[in-house]
Amino acid sequence: MTVATETEYEVVIGLETHIQLQTASKMFCGCSADYANAAPNSHVCPVCLGMPGVLPVINSKAIEYIIKLGLALHCEIPEYSKFDRKNYFYPDLVKGYQISQFDLPICINGWLEIEVEGRRKRIGITRIHQEEDTGKLTHTNLNGEEVTLVDYNRSGVPLMECVSEPDISTPAEARAYLTKLRQMVRWLGIGTGNMDEGALRCDANVSIMPKGSKVFGTKIEIKNMNSISAVHEALGFEIKRQEEELQAGAVLKQQTRGWDEEKRVTVFQRLKEGSSDYRYFPEPDLPPLQLQADYLAQIRTSLPELPEARRDRFIQEYDLSLYEAELLTGSRATADWFEESLGEEKTPQRARATANWILNELFAHLKEKGAELDEAKIQPRQLASLIDLVQKGTITPKSAKEVFEEMFATGREAAEIVKEKGLPQLSDEAALATVVDKVIAESPKAVADFRAGKEASLNFLIGGVMKATRGTANKDVVTRLLREKLS
Amino acid sequence: MELYDLTLKEASEKLRKHEVSSLELTEAQLRRIEEVDEKVKAYLSVTADLALQQARLVDASMYGEASSGSSQLRSPLAGIPMALKDVFSTRGVRTTCGSKILENFVPIYDATVAQRLKQAGTILLGKTNMDEFAMGSSTENSSYFPTHNPWDLETVPGGSSGGSSAAVAARECFFALGSDTGGSIRQPASLCGVVGLKPTYGRVSRYGLVAFASSLDHVGPFTRTVEDCALVMNCLAGHDERDSTSINAPVPDYTKALIPDLKGIRLALPKEYFVEGMDPGVEQAVRAAVTKLEELGAEVDEVSMPHTKYALSTYYIIAPAEASANLARYDGVKYGLSDVDAQTMWESFFQTRDKGFGKEVKRRIMIGTYALSSGYYDAYYIKAQKARTMIKGDFDKVYEKFDAIICATSPTVAFKIGAKANDPLAMYLSDVLTIAANMSGVPGISVPCGFSEGLPVGLQILGPVLGEEKVLRVAYAYEQATNWHKQNPPL
Ligand SMILES: [Zn+2]
Repeated sequence: MTVATETEYEVVIGLETHIQLQTASKMFCGCSADYANAAPNSHVCPVCLGMPGVLPVINSKAIEYIIKLGLALHCEIPEYSKFDRKNYFYPDLVKGYQISQFDLPICINGWLEIEVEGRRKRIGITRIHQEEDTGKLTHTNLNGEEVTLVDYNRSGVPLMECVSEPDISTPAEARAYLTKLRQMVRWLGIGTGNMDEGALRCDANVSIMPKGSKVFGTKIEIKNMNSISAVHEALGFEIKRQEEELQAGAVLKQQTRGWDEEKRVTVFQRLKEGSSDYRYFPEPDLPPLQLQADYLAQIRTSLPELPEARRDRFIQEYDLSLYEAELLTGSRATADWFEESLGEEKTPQRARATANWILNELFAHLKEKGAELDEAKIQPRQLASLIDLVQKGTITPKSAKEVFEEMFATGREAAEIVKEKGLPQLSDEAALATVVDKVIAESPKAVADFRAGKEASLNFLIGGVMKATRGTANKDVVTRLLREKLS
Repeated sequence: MELYDLTLKEASEKLRKHEVSSLELTEAQLRRIEEVDEKVKAYLSVTADLALQQARLVDASMYGEASSGSSQLRSPLAGIPMALKDVFSTRGVRTTCGSKILENFVPIYDATVAQRLKQAGTILLGKTNMDEFAMGSSTENSSYFPTHNPWDLETVPGGSSGGSSAAVAARECFFALGSDTGGSIRQPASLCGVVGLKPTYGRVSRYGLVAFASSLDHVGPFTRTVEDCALVMNCLAGHDERDSTSINAPVPDYTKALIPDLKGIRLALPKEYFVEGMDPGVEQAVRAAVTKLEELGAEVDEVSMPHTKYALSTYYIIAPAEASANLARYDGVKYGLSDVDAQTMWESFFQTRDKGFGKEVKRRIMIGTYALSSGYYDAYYIKAQKARTMIKGDFDKVYEKFDAIICATSPTVAFKIGAKANDPLAMYLSDVLTIAANMSGVPGISVPCGFSEGLPVGLQILGPVLGEEKVLRVAYAYEQATNWHKQNPPL
């Protein structure tokens, strides 16, 4: 007799990510690719409108950007690559075909390393290829009539599509993959990676199969996810849904589902019977790309130090913890900010102090304001001079926080604020001696207790001096003076 | 002799010498159009006002104060009235491609060649008739009306650039531009008894040439003489950064290639180009031309180009495949015919295309869509590409030993209007001698070489890639030794 047990499933996820490239001009014409806030159809020309007779000219910057990401993701860059036409009709597609790449993409066979719950894992990158974006449809009501309006400002904006291997096994891994991918795009300065603006779009393919099975389950595609957390949530929902269906004995059909942001569920959109026939064929208007070795070498040298390498160097060189180093290399801007404020003072002690200021004070203040690092008024060099003041003993750490507050709000220099607030630390012995004498005279009981051997009474006396100086006294000097005078 | 009887060269010289003004030439041409175009029907639109205005401007800068030191109008084409096939995008001038789907379409930009001609100071007389989207060999596929051959108004002028060839033959312009995807310049030139050149692929920019089959489309001139052809080529040829397939090579002065003898020139006569079904009169004229070429000093040898027999079927895979994508943009959303009565988006797409495209265009879109569909792609498209490589190989091999290839341009003279209209395969055979040059991208010219049954016969000269000078030299020497180009149709 066998006991029915709940089947355990293995999850297989692959992600297809479209990323807009932040080039000055569009993929095949000279129009500006920065269409945010532009009036509809103001960033267009005969080429990106698909007028009869126009021809595409490759934006070499876009190709360079794709190669950059490919190199950062350990891809092979074949010497020969070509463009193809992907044919389908839609009003947002001006030519009735999209210039894309079919069988010979620019980048193949790479990987990206993620870390989930302390475990590192490599996710394979199948390919990264070039594409062009479409226009944008708006369904609206115009003079009482339901109409669809089309804006071609986005038409022809350079895109790349990065396709992962189905190596992702959990929603958390998918989230880590996307976070890393987006970090890399931003790090390389090739795109904003902002999902809410559509600059990064992700479709997920997910299937489940009984643990140990050799046969893959039915592939279900999920679309319309507008944030990384939405991808995480949608996958979680979809896996559970598929499990329940299979447990109930249902047979899953290949389909496309959409993420409903409000109801937080995936919704059936359409069945996928076989693969759609896009009738790809080589683009006759564009010669194939021949990528010479020295051109690739040139791009390779132009790559910045990549996040992982920089993180490891921070640990090595500055003795930071993995956690601190990860946070400081979360973006290239943060890492640059950190190293800029270090300046020439690269001692581990100084690095620790600087890291603390950035990770605790600066980040907390930014978060509170909902601002990004590049919007901060305080500059790295200014933070360095604040740390200098503390280390030289000119001000106490407590006052420094007050000064930081002001610097963050106004972007003014530390020394200036310190002077204005009258905050310099009292280290002058003659001045302090007078205060110490006064406190001793006013606290006979504590003085007696201390002389009787009660160490704790000293703290009471120190507190008295600090109070009298509004916290500006140098504690080390005060302690030494008290001991001298009471011994 | 009327002004419109002048060659381009003669008109240009008279202009230089101030014996005639551009306005006089333009008025003469416009009068000629008024006089004969009712019978020939070469023009889809005549831009008379614009032409007169342009002519006055050119005259002002050639005669007036502005002429002193102005280098702008140094071109021999300055002030010369001409016509463009309605396949070239012309800013502010209706461009239909012979199709109902673009009936009221006025482009917002100029094709590179239109711009170059404008800058040279030429006068645009109008846009000429053509087979819809350049698909055809008789100009009967125009959605507007057929064009008539000036030599016999009951016959076709050839196609798809039949409007341009007829306009030049009827002396309704000093020169015209056409496009050649499978023979659409050379075949109508042959049928109308004028000179037509298809340059090397990439030699003349395709930017603004409304695409039929991108890898086969070429832009070139129709003229009355070889010298005129060289003059127009001097203006058209050159690299264009807006066309990624354009060749970046220096442009020679093509008139320098015009030498009236053929000493040391080796010519290949491919036996496969004397096809079955060829008019005996055509074969005779071509054989006689061969003798003439030998007299001029050329060495002529028979060769074999064994893959020629695959050219036609290969063409009818590749051209429709590319066309099926190139014509996908005509959906009624952005410009051209738009079916506003449709209830849904898809209905609007389908109805616009159903009403806008003619029969031959639909046939080719369907053939192309089929050839690219998964499951058929390898058997058709990939196989056709392989055949294309072999056809190119034939040419490469011949040019190892020869300067040029000679053969007939068209297997027949002009046929009666309607004779092949319902037989697409018979029509496709009109291009059997011209198509291989589109596959291989080599330059080719058609020059008049006699008459058969009273209608013009063309001699085709094909050169190696960027061998326009060789082609022009052979054509020029032959032309100078004969009188065919001096014959005018009886209008
Ligand atoms: Zn544009």
